[in-house]
Amino acid sequence: MKIVVCIKQVPAGNSASIDPETKRLKREGVESVINPYDSYALEEGLILREKLGGELIVLSMGPLKAEKILRDSLALSADRAILLNDRSFAGSDTWATSYILSKAVEKIGGVNLVICGKQAIDGDTAQVGPGIAAHLNWRQATYVSNLEAEEDGRLIAERMDEKGSDRIVLETPSVITVVKDINNPRLKTIKGILEARKKDIEIWNSESIGSDPDLTGLDGSPTRVVKTSLPPARESMVLKFEGDAVYVSGKIIDFLKEKEIIR
Amino acid sequence: MLKADSGKLKADFRNIWVVAELENGEVNPVSHETGGRGRGLADTRSSELWIIAAGNLKNIDDLADEFFYADRILIINDERLTGFNDETESELIRRLIEKYRPETVIYSATARGRSIAPRIAVLSDAGLTADCTSLDIEDTTGNLLQTRPAFGGNILATIKSENHRPQMATVRPGVMKNHIRDRKDYQGRKPLFINESLNSLESSLLKNILSVNRSSGIVHSIADSELIISGGRGLGCGEAFRSLDKFAKMTGGAIAASRGAVDAGWVPYSLQIGQTGQTVQARCYIACGISGQIQHLVGMQSCELIIAINRDPEAPMMKIADVAVTGDAVDIVERMSEIMERGMHDF
Repeated sequence: MKIVVCIKQVPAGNSASIDPETKRLKREGVESVINPYDSYALEEGLILREKLGGELIVLSMGPLKAEKILRDSLALSADRAILLNDRSFAGSDTWATSYILSKAVEKIGGVNLVICGKQAIDGDTAQVGPGIAAHLNWRQATYVSNLEAEEDGRLIAERMDEKGSDRIVLETPSVITVVKDINNPRLKTIKGILEARKKDIEIWNSESIGSDPDLTGLDGSPTRVVKTSLPPARESMVLKFEGDAVYVSGKIIDFLKEKEIIR
Repeated sequence: MLKADSGKLKADFRNIWVVAELENGEVNPVSHETGGRGRGLADTRSSELWIIAAGNLKNIDDLADEFFYADRILIINDERLTGFNDETESELIRRLIEKYRPETVIYSATARGRSIAPRIAVLSDAGLTADCTSLDIEDTTGNLLQTRPAFGGNILATIKSENHRPQMATVRPGVMKNHIRDRKDYQGRKPLFINESLNSLESSLLKNILSVNRSSGIVHSIADSELIISGGRGLGCGEAFRSLDKFAKMTGGAIAASRGAVDAGWVPYSLQIGQTGQTVQARCYIACGISGQIQHLVGMQSCELIIAINRDPEAPMMKIADVAVTGDAVDIVERMSEIMERGMHDF
């Protein structure tokens, strides 16, 4: 099985800031880490390759700095790592980003399964996974919490939603997005880190994947951030209840009754 | 569906579509959050609100009653549309968009909406904004102003899709509770039905769903509770949630948690409130041992009344709360339960 895992570098913690011109995320001078959900995607790729054999390719779009998360993936024994980097990609929204990633998957060729995290913690859109599936005209399964490879070669995916889950036959080629429940990501080993040093990270640009510059970057993005603002401050009553637990608990109950929250 | 650069092309697209979320033919109430907002947008544009209902529909007349405020209801009634069929629904809606050319298409940002809407956006060459917390529309141009929290809720970003039609958005459940309940304005009006059916391509894309389990989902129904008792890392241990749960059960409330408590493994993710969890708009939110980081506040600050109980009087939650109580939250909540118990015995 030929598996592609899409990973994204995201700012660590809450150190993100915004570029006043593009109104998009500023990535310079900010420590970057792999998007947490993507480490579950990578682990699932590794598990599947162990079970079924084949090749695991890690794919990321981003600045050259994103080599770090790709190098870490090689240390976890990914077979290849590809970084999509081109000026024309900068400023892409989810439509354009999924287009670029889908062109890279086509270029890799013969891929059976693309695995993504359910969403990235910086944008929180969850749109790129289904977007890649749509650009490729492949099937998709989102919020996957379990993936089993049956003896007859079928893949069975469990998908979560607000009310529960279901189990479906996953036809390939497919794109799946995974939730945290799916596995426990392994840690890097010294041996893995040393071996990763011998491998090259392939850097592909627009020409390598044959992407149409009219469909990428700011110009190729249907959406545009037109305004940013601070969330409105909340107006509150600012009452203070002070005293021992017996006293304040009584005050809270009285307050809840007065406001008709409880009877 | 196309890059509508010229004003002439854009004028071909009109009306507001709200895609209803259906399960086993039943309408998920979140569809009235999007429906209510869709009505407002259609009124601003002097255009029509269409409800799109694709599913195994039991009683079509009930739909007209339920969506009394809509102008049209586009129905795709098919017994095979029982489960969550990303490919079939995306292809179907893509075709209907091409046929009827709506200006705006709105989904709820549920697991389904968040999976299907991006697929349609690509197939229809439409701009899509995820998880909007407010939607407005420019009355002259019809450009949708889509506002969503970004960067952990630290800022609000407003997003437009000026050159593409339709424009698409998913709406975060729980933030637009302006259901239209007053039927007076709609008396004598009845939504018109339009019937469509699946074509052979769409049917061929149906998923092979082996089983459905309706017990432990990502999220329970905290969003529907009037009173939420929420706990954070300041509680000190997972056991403390028993005390919160006891009070919640006595008062018909629900328990919830901050990310800190979830990450500590005290309660499941389904109870998490905040940027990466649920957004709630309860009548009252009691925050127990929750310091009040911005990521948590974005999920609960629209609650009508906020009571903060915390050992640290300087915690940010204590500053935004209506009632700030300094003390041990577990002790205080246990005593609140005792008072409630005594109250019950008085009857």
